[in-house]
Amino acid sequence: MPLNTSAPAQTGEYRPLIVAFCCNWCSYAGADLAGSSRLTYPADVKIIRVPCSCRVNPLFVLKAFERGADGVILCGCHPGDCHYTTGNYYTRRRMTLLFSMLDYLGIERERTRVEWVSAAEGAKFSATMNDFARTIRALGENRKLRDLRCGN
Amino acid sequence: MRELTNAICARAKELLQSGAAGRVLGWAPGEFFYDPTPGVFSEGRLNELVYDGFTAANLSKYCIAESQKEGKVLVLLKPCDSYSLAQLVKEHRVKRENIYALGIPCEGKLDMRKARAKGVEGALSFREEDGQVVFETLYGEVRLAREELLLERCLCCRGREYAGVDETLEYALPELPKRDRFQKVAALEEQTAQERYAFWRGELSKCIRCNACRNVCPACSCVQCVFDNPQSGVAAKANSTEFEESLFHIIRAWHVAGRCTDCGECSRVCPQSIPLHLLNRKFIKDVNELYGEYQAGADPAARPPLVNYTPEDPEPSAVLERGRA
Amino acid sequence: MQKIGVFVCWCGSNIAGTVDVGRVVEAVRQEPGVAFAADYQYMCSDSGQNLIKSAVKEHGLTGIVVCSCSPRMHEATFKKTAAAAGLNPYMVEIANIREHCSWIHKNMEEATEKAIVLARAAIAKVLKDAPLTSGTTEVTKRALVIGGGIAGIQTALDIAEAGFAVDIVEKQPTIGGRMAQLDKTFPTLDCSACILTPKMVDAGANENIELFTYSEVESVKGFVGNFTVTIRKKARSVRADLCTGCGECTEKCPSRKTKNEFNMGMDTRGAIYIPYAQAVPKIAVIDREHCLHFKTGKCGLCERTCSAKAIDFAQEDELVTRNYGAIVMATGFQMIDPSGFGEFGYGKSKDVLTSLEFERLMNAAGPTGGHLVCPSDGRHPKHIVFIQCVGSRDTSGCGKPYCSKICCMYTAKHAILVRDKYPDVSVTVFYIDVRTPGKNFDEFYRRAVEEYGVQYVKGMVGKVTREGGRLKVQGSDLLNDRQLHLEADMVVLAAAIEPDPTARSVASMLTASIDTNGFMTEAHPKLRPVESPTAGVFLSGVCQGPKDIPETVAQASACAAKVIGLLCKQKLVNNACVASSDPLLCNGCSSCEKVCPYGAITYEERELNDKGVRRTARVAVVNEAVCQGCGACTVACPSGAMDLKGFTNQQIMAEVDAICR
Repeated sequence: MPLNTSAPAQTGEYRPLIVAFCCNWCSYAGADLAGSSRLTYPADVKIIRVPCSCRVNPLFVLKAFERGADGVILCGCHPGDCHYTTGNYYTRRRMTLLFSMLDYLGIERERTRVEWVSAAEGAKFSATMNDFARTIRALGENRKLRDLRCGN
Repeated sequence: MRELTNAICARAKELLQSGAAGRVLGWAPGEFFYDPTPGVFSEGRLNELVYDGFTAANLSKYCIAESQKEGKVLVLLKPCDSYSLAQLVKEHRVKRENIYALGIPCEGKLDMRKARAKGVEGALSFREEDGQVVFETLYGEVRLAREELLLERCLCCRGREYAGVDETLEYALPELPKRDRFQKVAALEEQTAQERYAFWRGELSKCIRCNACRNVCPACSCVQCVFDNPQSGVAAKANSTEFEESLFHIIRAWHVAGRCTDCGECSRVCPQSIPLHLLNRKFIKDVNELYGEYQAGADPAARPPLVNYTPEDPEPSAVLERGRA
Repeated sequence: MQKIGVFVCWCGSNIAGTVDVGRVVEAVRQEPGVAFAADYQYMCSDSGQNLIKSAVKEHGLTGIVVCSCSPRMHEATFKKTAAAAGLNPYMVEIANIREHCSWIHKNMEEATEKAIVLARAAIAKVLKDAPLTSGTTEVTKRALVIGGGIAGIQTALDIAEAGFAVDIVEKQPTIGGRMAQLDKTFPTLDCSACILTPKMVDAGANENIELFTYSEVESVKGFVGNFTVTIRKKARSVRADLCTGCGECTEKCPSRKTKNEFNMGMDTRGAIYIPYAQAVPKIAVIDREHCLHFKTGKCGLCERTCSAKAIDFAQEDELVTRNYGAIVMATGFQMIDPSGFGEFGYGKSKDVLTSLEFERLMNAAGPTGGHLVCPSDGRHPKHIVFIQCVGSRDTSGCGKPYCSKICCMYTAKHAILVRDKYPDVSVTVFYIDVRTPGKNFDEFYRRAVEEYGVQYVKGMVGKVTREGGRLKVQGSDLLNDRQLHLEADMVVLAAAIEPDPTARSVASMLTASIDTNGFMTEAHPKLRPVESPTAGVFLSGVCQGPKDIPETVAQASACAAKVIGLLCKQKLVNNACVASSDPLLCNGCSSCEKVCPYGAITYEERELNDKGVRRTARVAVVNEAVCQGCGACTVACPSGAMDLKGFTNQQIMAEVDAICR
């Protein structure tokens, strides 16, 4: 088996956990294009495929945070280009309000993000993930949302 | 107040006799004078109906179950309560044809917690006199200005308009204060993220998960709540996840966003005095600012903001550009 | 008890070069529910698929995870493999450890760790997979082609030839598109009209083809096999059933100041006009914006002239609604307006032209009857300068980043035509690169240089100014490292081509995606070049990317083949991943109904047995044939009654859990 012999990541370095929800038609394909173009971004980013960004329930975002994610990003088709016509318009309202609420509760507003990435924007996908991962690394571990709970 | 109660009972009696309804959904005496509870009255028991400074409970949620029963029920609705019923009707949760909604006047309801905070102890009864509330206590009489005892929600009363009632009972009452209901939300928005976090952590950590807020909320009327449904993936199972605990209030506010009429029942019933309405009002304020003024329950035809969009809606990143980090 | 098989693909060294597949196999073996795990060089190959099939049988697997390339690549392949092994195809999940892992991470340790996490997420999801079956729907045996240029015409003719009905919607009063405006075609120099107009006539005469000219697509509903399209037939103010196309009216019309679009505005036409002699259909149209009757209420000369009594000032737009099984985008292109590039003086001197304007100037049916004269004063030119790459390959932001592909060849064609017809006129071409890939293309270009003595200068023009009635062209000659100052009588700009602006709104209605340059996105850039990612929507011609005529025709026919393939099907298999509502949890609130873009959700009163208690309730019902599986409804539903098969709440949360573990 051919093996790549580059050195392992430095041990002890803080590695954030980033969950990226990508719509199947644009952003997941954009991520594929980033891959086939060999445009790197940190391995901290783990992608979950959903049919449309509008499939992403705020519960999923909160669940990710609750389970230890340090950042959650949603990617969908550009507004107006949704494969299902209108899905990302609903996503936009839902996430605007959800993120506003998290901000209101004092959660760092940089931990959540929505980006519109088309199937042709492999470079944008990679750049977005690099930037988001850098932001989350700078913020460090997400403790606030886990500590902001009832009855502890 | 007795006069108004009599007027309500008289009209209710007429309506029952005319056949417009078969029973009345109103307020019955509770264990203490300050906790009248929702109750259903037949014509013969109408004399037990209470309507005073403490009949704050919003009866609209009870219409869900009542409207499923045989015959028509006459429901008494304060102006703000009528929006809750209208919203429930809009969501097909209430069989409107089984409801006769009578809009009744309100001069603001009282908060016993405020009275206690002002030194009322061992209260036995109360009466109202010229803008004053007089408590008869074990230790004598205590007089307090009515306005100082108003429930938070009544301090920013939205007015005396009703939504979707069958008739209203006219009765002159003094005006209520009309403070800006978003003042506290705006003040929080002005704070730093760290300050907001400290505030909410302090508040939410008091929660004992008694579910009172959910159970009283007219918008929280799902056949089965996701938090009670083991299949939902968010309901707590022993030792499996603390999810339900940590994020209950965010999800609750989210689920009622665009549907909450701001009736304030959640904060009123919270035994821990958590200002839960500040979560709902945050969503209402955001909706108003981002998507245009919207009052749940006001317009039966209007699309609620979360099942609506315009191509020009602001981007979620707009949130990051507003207010303080 | 679930028994999951995990199959880790090396993809040669594509995955195995960066991911330690052996470690992935070892790690997933520890996962609960995993009964079998193996790696193989090419899982998608016959022997790889056989490995999966035999493992399913041998170990009684109930679900499969393939750790491989993107599901967009081989999910369908492995679903078929699973089906062949007797499993429900929806019991397959793909962990994308190539595009999302091995190809983007360089560090083996990191990539392997991530691959294991992605595999776990897929295992978590497959454990909650349920067997799904797809419904079927009928296919409407009629196609719609949007755009009546050579691409649309060719696609429509091919579809009609196969026996299917096809409608063409063209916004102009005639079909023909850009090709009708061209003079000659490279590299054979045959006359464009001579080869196009017979096809236009064929399209007009074919009994399977119906033309909707001077028409636009108003709205599109539905989905593959079952689109419902409303077409707006704009009022021509001329009755198509009566007009004989004699042209009397067009000559009598007193309003003569309207720029003639067909001749790129280099001459004028009447307010009532027939775009050109070979127009199909040959029916006059009144341009209401410029017609005296519509502007002042007077005139009406055309009405009095028309012996066929075809003029109908009261005619209104007509809306036609039809069902289609497939829709073809053939919306074509336009040339960019080069006046944004001030240095070339376009718009300042009439003798600076775009190539398409030059095309009309050379054309025997053009504004000058084919005589090459300077538009400013009608003099015979002595020297013509052609400038290539005007706005193409331009990353400055003013132009287009892409190569417009056709300019090198048509500029060589223009140069040859000028030199052939007017040997006294000298021709200089400024170029950045000359790109001539194509059959007989380079030979053609060499003829321009070698036989016709066209001066090719590698370099860009910096400035075109007017001086003493002529033009002064200042440009660099990079090969000789010098600045050139040339006198010229005409400057022709090979301006970039861009997608027709109508494409955007139509694409939006079709929910077909558009790339950053406004071209339609194909389902796969190499393997599915004529299909859009939206099922049932196909791409023909330049709307998908710059192309010359032979390529356009080839793509148009390829597109027709795909459409015919679709229309031949008796039934289409529906998406199995559709929404479904649990009536016992449904509040009946209608939120889901409001957000559904397909109108797939309705409400019914149902008698329910709620854990032994009978009750009637208003509940949501999903039409599985109409639902496309976006999931908008699932989030609108507060009680969680609405869920999406294949992407259930539980599945996505299980993935989140597995990733965050």
